[in-house]
Amino acid sequence: MPKRGTPPEVNAGSMADIAFLLLIFFLVTTTIETDAGLDRMLPPIEPPDVDVIIKQKNIFQVNINRDGQLLADDELTNIKDLRAKAIAFLDNGGAPSGSADYCSYCKGTRDASSSDSPAKAIISLKNDRETKYGTYITVQNELVGAYNELRNREAQRLYKRNFTDMEAEFLNPETPDNVRDELKEKVKNIQELFPQKLSEAETSTTN
Amino acid sequence: MSKFNKKKDSALPAVNTASLPDIVFMLLFFFMTVTVMKDSTLKVENVLPNATEVKKLEKKDRIIYIYVGKPTKEYEKVFGSESKIQLNDKFSDASEVGDYILMERAKKPQELQNVLTTALKVDKDANMGIISDIKQELRKVNALKVNYTTYEGDAFRNLQ
Repeated sequence: MPKRGTPPEVNAGSMADIAFLLLIFFLVTTTIETDAGLDRMLPPIEPPDVDVIIKQKNIFQVNINRDGQLLADDELTNIKDLRAKAIAFLDNGGAPSGSADYCSYCKGTRDASSSDSPAKAIISLKNDRETKYGTYITVQNELVGAYNELRNREAQRLYKRNFTDMEAEFLNPETPDNVRDELKEKVKNIQELFPQKLSEAETSTTN
Repeated sequence: MSKFNKKKDSALPAVNTASLPDIVFMLLFFFMTVTVMKDSTLKVENVLPNATEVKKLEKKDRIIYIYVGKPTKEYEKVFGSESKIQLNDKFSDASEVGDYILMERAKKPQELQNVLTTALKVDKDANMGIISDIKQELRKVNALKVNYTTYEGDAFRNLQ
């Protein structure tokens, strides 16, 4: 009888090769997806039946030219200052107290020549055909950021939480339904305080 | 004497590589979990811009992708260096976007057809003209939910 006891060891030397083969296969056939971005709604193509009359003071006009320069409310503006300007405009609450549009939660300057209330305030974005996409995204980001900052402020005041967190939790499909229902109410509430009214004019074709 | 010379003639012992497969498997599993299969080969340059106020795209089955950018080196000779739209695996014109969306929408299950999002993966050096054309086409087929896909990062880096 040859020696007994421990069985002979299986040679696992090629296991690493097999694993490497699989690894390399996955490396070439897959990508790491970027799955985050700015959500926007496009306006429907049919024009509304009634012409809505909007007071000029309730519109905050942002123009981007082909060189990436920015005209906000007829003033040449640095993109870095855009967010602060947008916040000042949205949060202005210029309607006098007692009127229907009066905004009780606004902390702005209450300048009568700027927007009446966040519900009335509209940001209009216009860009040139030659504008770089990167610039456009930066401007969009700043404008969405302005809304988010104001919404966060109100959410902190009312629910002691950030609006962006609440919204992310609400949109997450893994959140249980009972939590979702509760959040839905709050999210809607905040959205109504600062409705996102960001309109995009048709792109100008002239330079 | 012999006590000290004993080991001298024996060769260097082999390094134990038994844990190598484990390490490679670990890497393999990492890649298997964080990546997804490529569904189309990118034929355009696609350096996305950065943004901070991003929302995550949930539910992969509700998304239609449109890629825009300069054709990559190998296609540059044929298609030029102007920004192009890539739908599925081929270069397309802005006028084809509407049909593409309708086709993709028809492929999805009935209950999802109204909640689809169009993800625009656009190179940051592309011009807005082409984006406006796409947006106009999307409005025509009533695909109003769009997502400008971006990396998460400081938005001001886009300007450089």
